[in-house]
Amino acid sequence: MLEAPVKQHLIDPEVCIRCNTCEATCPVGAVTHDDNNYVVDAAKCNYCMDCIPPCPTGSIDHWVVVNQPFSLEAQFSWLELPPQPEMGEAEAPDALDVEALRLLDAAHQGAGGHARAPVSAAKPRINLFNRARPAVAIVTGNLRITGAGTESDVRHIILDFGAMGFPVLEGQSIGIVPPGLDERGQTHAMRLYSVASARDGERPNTNNLAITVKRVRERREDGRVFEGIASNYLADLPLGARVEVIGPFGATFLMPDDLDADILMVCTGTGSAPFRGFTERRRRLGQAGRGRLFLYFGARTPEELPYFGPLQRLPDRLIDKQLVFSRVPGQAREYVQDRMRGQAETLGGLLKQEGLHVYICGVRGLEAGVDAALSEIAAGVGLDWAGLRAVMRAAGRFHVETY
Amino acid sequence: MPDGMNIDYDGLIPNNVGLAEDQRVRKALETWHPGYIDWWKDMGPEGFQESLVYLRTAIGVDPKGWAKFDYVKMPEYKWGILLAPAVEGRTIPFGKHKGELAWQEVPGEYRALLRRLIVVQGDTEPASVEQQRHLGATAPSLYDLRNLFQVNVEEGRHLWAMVYLLHKYFGTDGREEAEELLQRRSGHADTPRMLGAFNEATPDWLSFFMFTYFTDRDGKMQLEALAQSGFDPLSRTCRFMLTEEAHHMFVGDSGVQRVVERTVQAMRDAGINDPYDQAAERKLGVIDLPTIQKKMNLHFSLTLDLFGNEISTNAANAFNAGIKGRYREDKIEDDHDLIGATYPVLRCVDGEIVREEAPALSALNMRLRDDYVKDCESGVVRWNRVIEKAGFSFRLALPHVAFNRAIGEFATIKAGPDGVVMDAAAWAARAGDWLPDAADAAYIDSLMVPVREAGQYASWIAPPRVGIDNKGGDFEYVQIVQ
Repeated sequence: MLEAPVKQHLIDPEVCIRCNTCEATCPVGAVTHDDNNYVVDAAKCNYCMDCIPPCPTGSIDHWVVVNQPFSLEAQFSWLELPPQPEMGEAEAPDALDVEALRLLDAAHQGAGGHARAPVSAAKPRINLFNRARPAVAIVTGNLRITGAGTESDVRHIILDFGAMGFPVLEGQSIGIVPPGLDERGQTHAMRLYSVASARDGERPNTNNLAITVKRVRERREDGRVFEGIASNYLADLPLGARVEVIGPFGATFLMPDDLDADILMVCTGTGSAPFRGFTERRRRLGQAGRGRLFLYFGARTPEELPYFGPLQRLPDRLIDKQLVFSRVPGQAREYVQDRMRGQAETLGGLLKQEGLHVYICGVRGLEAGVDAALSEIAAGVGLDWAGLRAVMRAAGRFHVETY
Repeated sequence: MPDGMNIDYDGLIPNNVGLAEDQRVRKALETWHPGYIDWWKDMGPEGFQESLVYLRTAIGVDPKGWAKFDYVKMPEYKWGILLAPAVEGRTIPFGKHKGELAWQEVPGEYRALLRRLIVVQGDTEPASVEQQRHLGATAPSLYDLRNLFQVNVEEGRHLWAMVYLLHKYFGTDGREEAEELLQRRSGHADTPRMLGAFNEATPDWLSFFMFTYFTDRDGKMQLEALAQSGFDPLSRTCRFMLTEEAHHMFVGDSGVQRVVERTVQAMRDAGINDPYDQAAERKLGVIDLPTIQKKMNLHFSLTLDLFGNEISTNAANAFNAGIKGRYREDKIEDDHDLIGATYPVLRCVDGEIVREEAPALSALNMRLRDDYVKDCESGVVRWNRVIEKAGFSFRLALPHVAFNRAIGEFATIKAGPDGVVMDAAAWAARAGDWLPDAADAAYIDSLMVPVREAGQYASWIAPPRVGIDNKGGDFEYVQIVQ
C-alpha cells in the first residue's frame, strides 16, 4: 500500500512562472496557488503525470521522499525548494507512475510488509519515460526458450535503445502498453516485465536489455481461448520492430552490490527473469567476492523451464542450481518448496548468516509455499522465521514479487 | 474517445476538427497553405530554415500527447488546427445570453464583431514572427535560439488557428481576411500590422525577452478573455493556444531573470557595490541594472496601449453579447452580467490622475489591464529576489500606468514612471533616464554576438537552471545548417 515514506510532488518556486497550465491540466484538482506559489496537494496528487509535459519551465518535475508530506501552507511560504530531507536512499517508492506503482505494489504484497532495497544496492533510476514520452526500442532478438513441442511459449526478447539512455538495474521492470485501443476505445493497460539482463546489457556495454515473456493463450471454461494482448503483441514482434517502452520501475527488488552477500532465489516460470539478470551480473564480476547464488527454479518439465540450456552451463561455484519439475512422466511431482525442505541443512545454514538475501518471484501463491518451507527449515535450526523475516525485510534482505 | 481527442495526421494539415470530412474548409485551407509557407520562408526566421531545431510539436490535445519533442526543420513543422476538447453542454458564461447553450455557429447579429476580434488576434501572430526574424543571427546560445524558434513556430500555429475560424465560419469575407493576414507586414509603411506594438522592431535579445514577457502577456490576457467566449469554437481554440502561450511567457520571464542573474553575479565577482554605476557594470560585458529597468519601462508602456481605451463601448458590447469575457471569468464570483455594477477606473481629469467609479461594463478594458498589471508583477518579484539574494539594494519596478502612453486616458499628459504629471519639456529632459536611448541601444547591440557552441552562453546571460524536455543546458538544441 501507499504508506510513508512517500515520494512527494513539488513545484520549484524559483523556476515556476505561474502560468497556471498545471492547475488547468490537473484532472484531480491537486494543483492550487496563492499570490506567492503554485503548489501540489500531496493528499490529492495521484502521480498521473498529466501536468508534466505541458509545463513550459520544468519547475513541475520535482520530487522528494518524505515521511510527512509538506503541507500546502508550508509550500505557499517557500521562496525556494527545501533541501531533500535526510532519508535512506532505500526508501524510494517503486514508481511515480500510478499505474506502474499499483502493479508493483500488488506484486510486492507477498513480502508481508513495506519492502526496502538492499543496503548495498545501486541507486535505481525510475520513471524516466512515461506513456506520454516513452522510450523507443528496436527488437534485436526474439527467440523461444522453451521446447518447441510444449504448450509453453516463452520468449527471450532483446530491446535495443540505440543512442537513447535507458538505465536499468537487475530486478527492475519496464512497462509496455500494447499499441491500439481496446473495445471501449481506451488505450490498453500497462504490463510490467522484469529486466532479464544485467545492468550493462545483454553483452557488456551494449545499450539493450532483455525481457522474458510468456505468450498467454489459455482455454477458458466456456471453450473460448483467451489471448493476452501484451504478451502476444510482444511474442509476435519481428526483428527490427519499434517498441515503446515506459519506465524503468522498481526501487526495492534489487540485488545487493555487496559481492560477499549470498543470494537465495526462488522462482517459477518467467519469474526467473530477474534472477537471470542477478546471475549474469555476478558472473561478469567473476570471483571478486565470497557470495554465492542459490537458485530454486520450478517448472512442469525441463522443456518448459525457461533458459534451461544456458543454465546448465553456469559453474557450480557461482550458482547452486536446483531445477525442480512437477510434470515429468514417471516421476513424482516435485515443487520448489519440496526441494527446499530436502535441502534443509544447506538452507538452515544460510538463514543463520547475516548477509543472506532472499528473493521470491513467480506466480501468486508461490510465496505462501516457500514461506511455509522456510518456516520449518528455520525452526529446525532454532530460528523464528516470522521474526527473522521481519528483520530481513527491514534490512532490504527479503523480497517477494509475485503476480 | 471524447470528441476532438483524435488528431488526423494523414492529410496535409494535422487537425482534430474533422477536416477530412469537411471538403469545403479543407480545400480553402489547402489553397491558403502554399501562401503561408511562402510567407514563412520570406518573413520567418532568417537564415535557419534548413537547420534542425529541437522543437515541441503538439501531437494530441490531451495532456499526455501534446508535447512531442524532436529535431525538425522549421518549414516542415506540422502546423495543425487543434482545439481543446469540447465540453458537453457548455453554456454561455456571461452577458445577456448567460446560461444559453454555447454557439457552435456564428450568431448573425455578432458576425462583424466576432470577425473583427478574430482578425485582430490573428494579425498579432505573424506580426511577432516578422518582428523577431533577424534575432537568430545574434542568439546568445543554442538553447535561446531554440526557444526563439519554438515561439515562432507556435505563433505560426496560432495564425493557423485563427485562419481556420475565418475559413470555417466566415465564408468569402473570412477567406479575404485570411489572405490579408499574409499580406500585411510588421513595420511596413503602407501595409503595417494592425496594432502599434506589433510594428515596433525587436532589435536585440533583451527586447525579445521583454517583448515575450510583456507583449505576449497581453496576448495571453486576450486569449484568456476569448477562451470564455460563448462562441464555442473560438473558446476551444483559445484554450489550446493558452497552453502554448505559457511557453512564450516562460521564455520572457526566465530570459530577463537570466540577464539579471548574470549581471549581479558579474558585479559581485568584480566587487562592484553601486548598482547605479553603469560604466563599471558595462565594463564587465553585462547589461547594467538601470538599462534593464529602462527596457522594462518601454515595453510595459507600449503594451499597455494594446488594451485600448479605459472606457470602451466596444468592450461592453462584446461582453454583453457573450463574445469576450473577463480574465478567468469562470473563476469570478458575481452575477456575470455586470448590469448596474461599477468598477474603479484611473482617469485623467484636468491634467490630474484620479480614480473614479465607472459602469463596470464600460470599464472592461481597464479591468483586463488591471489583471494584466497584476500578472506582470509576479515576474518582477522573482527578478528582484535574484538581485536581493546577491546583496544589492536595487529594485526593478513596473512604471506607473500613465507613463509614456499614446492611447487612452493618459495619451494627452506626460507622467514620470512614478506617476507624477509634468509638462512636456520637463518630461523630455528626463526621457533619457527612463527610456533606452541611442547610447543604450548601441551598447546592447555591441553585446549581441552569436554563441553557437552547445553549452556555451554569451557574456551577458546566465545559463538556464533547467533545460528543455529534461535536457541539460549543454544539449545541442539546434543543429545549424546554413
